[in-house]
Amino acid sequence: MLDRTKPSRSARQHHQHRVDHLLIAEMVAPGSRVLDVGCGDGALLQLLADTKAVDGRGVELSREKVNACVARGLSVIQGDADQDLDDYPDQAFDYAVLSLTIQATQRPRDVLVNLLRIGHRAIVSFPNFGHWMIRAELLFNGRMPQTANLPEPWYSSPDSHLCTIRDFVELCDVLDTVVEEAVAFNSAGRRLPIKKSLTLQNLLGEKAVFKLRRRKHV
Amino acid sequence: MTSQTQPDTPDNIKDDIDVDGVSPQMGSVTFTDALELDNGRKLAPFTIAYNAYGELNAEKSNAILICHALTGDQHVANRHPITGKEGWWSLLVGPGKPIDTNRFYVICTNILGGCLGSTGPASIDPQTGAAYGLTFPVITIGDMVDAQARLMDHLGIDQLFAVVGGSMGGMQVLEWASRHKERVFAAVPIATAAWHSSQNIAFHEVGRQAVMADPQWMRGDYLKHGVTPRNGLSVARMAAHITYLSEDALHAKFGRNLQNRADRTFSFDADFQVESYLRHQGSTFVDRFDANSYLYITRAMDYFDLAAEHGDVLAEAFRGTQSRFCVVSFTSDWLYPTRESREIVQALNAVAANVSFVEIESNAGHDAFLLDEPEFFATITGFINSCAQKRGLPAA
Repeated sequence: MLDRTKPSRSARQHHQHRVDHLLIAEMVAPGSRVLDVGCGDGALLQLLADTKAVDGRGVELSREKVNACVARGLSVIQGDADQDLDDYPDQAFDYAVLSLTIQATQRPRDVLVNLLRIGHRAIVSFPNFGHWMIRAELLFNGRMPQTANLPEPWYSSPDSHLCTIRDFVELCDVLDTVVEEAVAFNSAGRRLPIKKSLTLQNLLGEKAVFKLRRRKHV
Repeated sequence: MTSQTQPDTPDNIKDDIDVDGVSPQMGSVTFTDALELDNGRKLAPFTIAYNAYGELNAEKSNAILICHALTGDQHVANRHPITGKEGWWSLLVGPGKPIDTNRFYVICTNILGGCLGSTGPASIDPQTGAAYGLTFPVITIGDMVDAQARLMDHLGIDQLFAVVGGSMGGMQVLEWASRHKERVFAAVPIATAAWHSSQNIAFHEVGRQAVMADPQWMRGDYLKHGVTPRNGLSVARMAAHITYLSEDALHAKFGRNLQNRADRTFSFDADFQVESYLRHQGSTFVDRFDANSYLYITRAMDYFDLAAEHGDVLAEAFRGTQSRFCVVSFTSDWLYPTRESREIVQALNAVAANVSFVEIESNAGHDAFLLDEPEFFATITGFINSCAQKRGLPAA
C-alpha cells in the first residue's frame, strides 16, 4: 500500500527528481528530523539527506524496497501506515511526510491524525481526483480513469480512498488543521499555488502537496 | 588489574588457523577485580578469551564486537582449532566481506560461561582447585555483556563502532545497547528477540533434561570422575538442531531419503538420512562443547527478558539511546519469528530511535543468519557503510 508511487522510468534514468519531492525538499528546514511514511525506494529520503542534511527515517510496506533502502544506507523499516504509526511518540519528528500514499491507506483520516501527532508538521501529497481529465473521463466515457498518477485499473488499484483537493481541504478543516502551504502541480509539472479559491487548482492540478500543522501547536 | 596470556592453542594446529588470509590475534585476559553478577554474587577472577582481526585505528573508533550464539565461540572468521571447519561467520566477517577486517578491528569473545578459554563451569574454581561444575553461578546475558565491557575497558575502547550478533548474540547486542548505550554507535541484532519465548524455554528444558538424564553427568561432577555425558549432550544438540532449521529446509535436504541402504532395515538404525545427519551433529558437538556450559548458557537465554528488566516496558530499555539500529529477521525462522523482531522495532520507534528493520526471505529457518544470503549481506554492507560515514570512518 505504501509503495504506491515511484519516479517514472525515464525520470529515474535521467536522475531527475519528482516535482513534488523537490517542493517537499523546499518545505523542509535543513538538519531537521523527517519521517517519510511510504518512502518507496527512498528517493525522497535520499534527496532530503543530500540537499538538506536531514535526519531521515522511512516506513515502507514492500519488503524488497525496504531492503534496497537499507542497503543504500537509509534508515527504513518494513511497516504499514495504517498499523505502525501508533508506535511513534508525539512530536518525535519535525516533519512527518506522506507522499502520494494517503489514497492507498485503509483509514486516511486516522493516518493523517497520526502524522500530525508524530510530526510538528505534516506534509501530504496526493493525486487530485478532481483533475479535469479525470472528470472528463467519467463524464464523457463513463469509466474510471487511468492516468500516470493512477495507472492501475479499478479492480487492481490499491487506491481505495481517492479524493479531490477540495475534499482534502475539507478534511483539514474537520481535523482543525492549519494549512501552512499548499501547491498543486499541473500535468506539465508547473506549480499552481493554492490560496483561498480552489476552483482552478482543483481542475488543473494533477497532484497537490500540503504542509499542515495542528491548530493547538504554535 | 589484569594479566594477559597468550593463546593456548596447541602448536600443531596453529598453521591451520589461516583461512583465506584471515589470521586472528588470539588472546585472553584474566580480571582479578570481581564481576558483579545479576544474581547478586561476585565472580573473581574471571578470564575472557577472544579473537581479534584487523587493526585498531589510532582513535580506537573502528572496533566491531561480534557476539556469538549459544554454541558458537570466538573463532568467527578463522578455521576452528578443534573441528577444522571454517569460521562460523566467515561469510560475513573477513577481508572484503560485509564486516571488512581490512577496515575494522573485529573482536569476538568467548562468552562468560563458555568453554573455549573464558571462565565457565568447566574452569577451575581457585577456592577448591577443582572445576566449578554446578557451583558456578547462574549467569545472565547481561553478565556476559558486562564481562565483554570489561574487556573493552582493558583494550581502551570507549565506544564500539558496532555490536553485531545473531540469536543469543543478538540478545547480547540488545543488552549492550541498553546497559552501555553510550558505548554502542551501531547495533545489529539479528534473528533474535528481546525475551525468550515459552516455546524456546521449553526446547531448552528438553535439552537440559537430556543432559541431566545421562548417568555420566554425575550431578554435574563428571569432570571430577573423568567422564562426559556424551549421550545426553548429543541428544540435546539433536533436538536443538531441528529448531534451527525449517520444515522446508529439512525436506529439501533429506526428504525421506534412506542413508546408504536400499531399503528399511526394520530396526532402530539410522535408516533415514535425516537421522544420520542429526546423530552426526550430536556426536561432533560433544567433542567441542562442555555439557555444563550448555546448561548454564541455555539458562541465561531463558532468563533473558529485556522488558522485565525495565518495568515490563521494552521501550524503557532503549530510552535515550543515540545508537543506530539495524534489526534483521528471516521469514522461515520459527525460533525467533519476525514478529519478535518487530517488537524490538516498535520499542525503538517508541523512543524515536534511529532504526532500520529488514525481513529477509529465506527458507533456511533460524540458521539462515549463518548462511549465504545475498540480500542479508547487502543489508549489512549498506548499513555498516552508512554508519561508517556518519562516524567519520574512511569509506571502503
